[in-house]
Amino acid sequence: MDFNDTAEEAAYRAKARAWLDANAEPVDPNEPSGDPLAEREDDDMIRSAKAWQAKKFDAGWACITWPKEYGGQGGTTMQSVIFNQEQSKFKTPPPIYTIGHGMLGPTIMTHGTPEQKTKHLRTMARGEEIWCQLFSEPAAGSDLAGLRSTAVRDGNDWVLNGQKIWSTGAHFSKWGMIVVRTDPNAAKHAGLTYFILDMESKGIEIRPIKQINGGSGFNEVFYADVRVPDSNRVGAVGDGWRVALTTLMNERVAIGAGSATGGFRHLLKLARDAKRGGRPAIEDSAVRQKLAELWVTQQGLKYTGFRTLSALSQGKIPGPEGSIGKAVGAPMAQEMAALAVELQGPLGATRDAAATLHEGLWQGMWLATPGIRIAGGTDEILKNIIAERVLRLPPEVRLDKDMPFRDVPTGPPSK
Amino acid sequence: MNFDFSDDQKLIQKTARDYLAQHAPLSVCRRVLEGNERYDAALWKGAAEMGWLGAAVPEEYGGSGLGHLELVLIAEEIGRSLAPIPFSSSAALATEALLVAGSEAQKKKLLPRLCSGELIGTLAVAEGTGDFDVATPGTRIEGGRVTGEKLPVSDGDVAGIALVLVRDGSGASLALVDLEAPGVTRTSLESLDPSRSQAKLGFSNVPAEIVGASGKGREIVSKVLDRAAVVMAFEQLGGAQRALDVTRDYALGRYAFGRPIASFQALKHRFADLFCAIELARSNAFYGAWALSHGNDELPLAACGARIAATDAFELAAKDMIQIHGGVGYTWEYDCHLFYRRAKLLGLVLGSASEWREKLMTRLEAREAA
Repeated sequence: MDFNDTAEEAAYRAKARAWLDANAEPVDPNEPSGDPLAEREDDDMIRSAKAWQAKKFDAGWACITWPKEYGGQGGTTMQSVIFNQEQSKFKTPPPIYTIGHGMLGPTIMTHGTPEQKTKHLRTMARGEEIWCQLFSEPAAGSDLAGLRSTAVRDGNDWVLNGQKIWSTGAHFSKWGMIVVRTDPNAAKHAGLTYFILDMESKGIEIRPIKQINGGSGFNEVFYADVRVPDSNRVGAVGDGWRVALTTLMNERVAIGAGSATGGFRHLLKLARDAKRGGRPAIEDSAVRQKLAELWVTQQGLKYTGFRTLSALSQGKIPGPEGSIGKAVGAPMAQEMAALAVELQGPLGATRDAAATLHEGLWQGMWLATPGIRIAGGTDEILKNIIAERVLRLPPEVRLDKDMPFRDVPTGPPSK
Repeated sequence: MNFDFSDDQKLIQKTARDYLAQHAPLSVCRRVLEGNERYDAALWKGAAEMGWLGAAVPEEYGGSGLGHLELVLIAEEIGRSLAPIPFSSSAALATEALLVAGSEAQKKKLLPRLCSGELIGTLAVAEGTGDFDVATPGTRIEGGRVTGEKLPVSDGDVAGIALVLVRDGSGASLALVDLEAPGVTRTSLESLDPSRSQAKLGFSNVPAEIVGASGKGREIVSKVLDRAAVVMAFEQLGGAQRALDVTRDYALGRYAFGRPIASFQALKHRFADLFCAIELARSNAFYGAWALSHGNDELPLAACGARIAATDAFELAAKDMIQIHGGVGYTWEYDCHLFYRRAKLLGLVLGSASEWREKLMTRLEAREAA
């Protein structure tokens, strides 16, 4: 048992580190890490993110796990993790390529046509074009297969109508991957088809969603008679659910591998700075118990991550137990933020950067964390996944599974 | 990165699991719980013969010379079987105390007998209510003789020796006491988990020798508790995992409203929460095992993480076990109460989780200040 790199891993890390040293500016570890969900999606940010991605691509550090023929490096997941670990110690633009590189690219590799692979994968890897995922709908969140956007065949095209929601980055993406219903008479999961969508197509309207923290990282996307060529179809007609599952499985890996659990040191500092009963809050027994509990949970997540990395290092594929990271990490982040806000006493009720401790950062986190518990699988869906796929407990009863989709109830029966 | 046990270590664990499956079904635990024996002597002999008691003891002192990574995996299996033997008192607490602070002569004399199981040892720290890790012991040593009372002492009624935290002048020392010596009174107490004994030890002018430096008793005890906490965390994990496995099987077989109760989301989410708690505890315990086996500076913090997470996970598992079993879970006949008792007992004998959370904060602050 050890935390050391193998000789090959160490050599790879040194090489990554040397390149990053020469090409990026290191992060100051004592500087507050900032609001993790702060959105700074202006044109400058996009430009700098594109430039950084192109630089990595040209130097051989982009899409490390992708095959070389698609613009990757043919490397291992462990190498990708090592590069990301090192990269996180440097100031780099926000990660706008995670969905494309982590989820959509692998889906095209698995299910796409040769033409689609040739046309898209290389430019996706180099970051020339940004991709977004168009899955969720107002009536299809956790129940994704209940989606209602439609596509109808018309000659060599399909005509799309409907609405998607929670589409991260749709407003700066050139391409989207969309799942729509092509057969309402088929059963729920059987009537879906998966497409690549040019986001500049006529009939697409993108509206940002204002979140409770004031940010707008997500969008609603409306489709009115949007034409998509059949050559953009990924997988067979009616096979969209299977293709979508490839995307979603990669989402879990992408989220699991990236789950960061920083911030505890800052919370400890806050507990020293804040006062309770005229003394530093950290001397209060109730505060100490809560802090200790959070520390232990955070350590547990950290070393669960290390166990996953060990499996990767040995060439194993992480399983659905990776859901622990989000199932535990997201509520924990919310608890940490709530404690930090409460520790500030009445001052916690303000969000003024100058007046609050730590420049309102914890208030921002408190407003952001409810979203983390929902995005990419709610707490409840993750618990279902753990119960059904890890513990092998019986699946949920699904009343709508075998009936034609058009007959699936959408509300209480009318009297 | 290789944050996992080796194949050889896993084989040792498998051997222990197979042995205990054969020799320590839950009926063995129940026999001690319901009978007059304080532990199962045959199983204790078997554990010694398997080399478990001295797994982390060098061969020169009669041990197997393996290491702590092997010891913790054996502890996990002891926990899984709810083995009614004084393993943690003797193989973790007393043995570790001698390894940490014993003189060459003390180690040569006692460790072989502890490893062979012929001698049972324990650590006597607590004195009634209050912190387990008592700040100023009332039990004292004067002129090489110990007087006072320790309560409760795990396995104090079956142990042959105890390492006793005593007041020594203005400080505290760790004293080695032969419990067969005149002046020692041993009183068995009714245990919350009668498959693991608890006792009161009285000392009246009993001859003793100091273990480790005089006046350093609290520091030594603190180190010993850290090491034992990691070992016991694995014992707790084993118990928690068994509770989860047994309860899962029950919930799959028990039908209500025409379906297995395991299909109800209220229970599935309870199972998922429990699974997460156990896995996080396992990860904390792994880290503790790494720190322990590498003699690492991280051990004081890692031990806290291992202790707290494992205590919480086993108690949650045992509570859920009864709840998910429903009415039968509350009967004497079903085994749920064996887990419920053991989880609470293990969660208290080295000091409660809240005591360890306080210890953790003190250590975290010290590290931040450094």
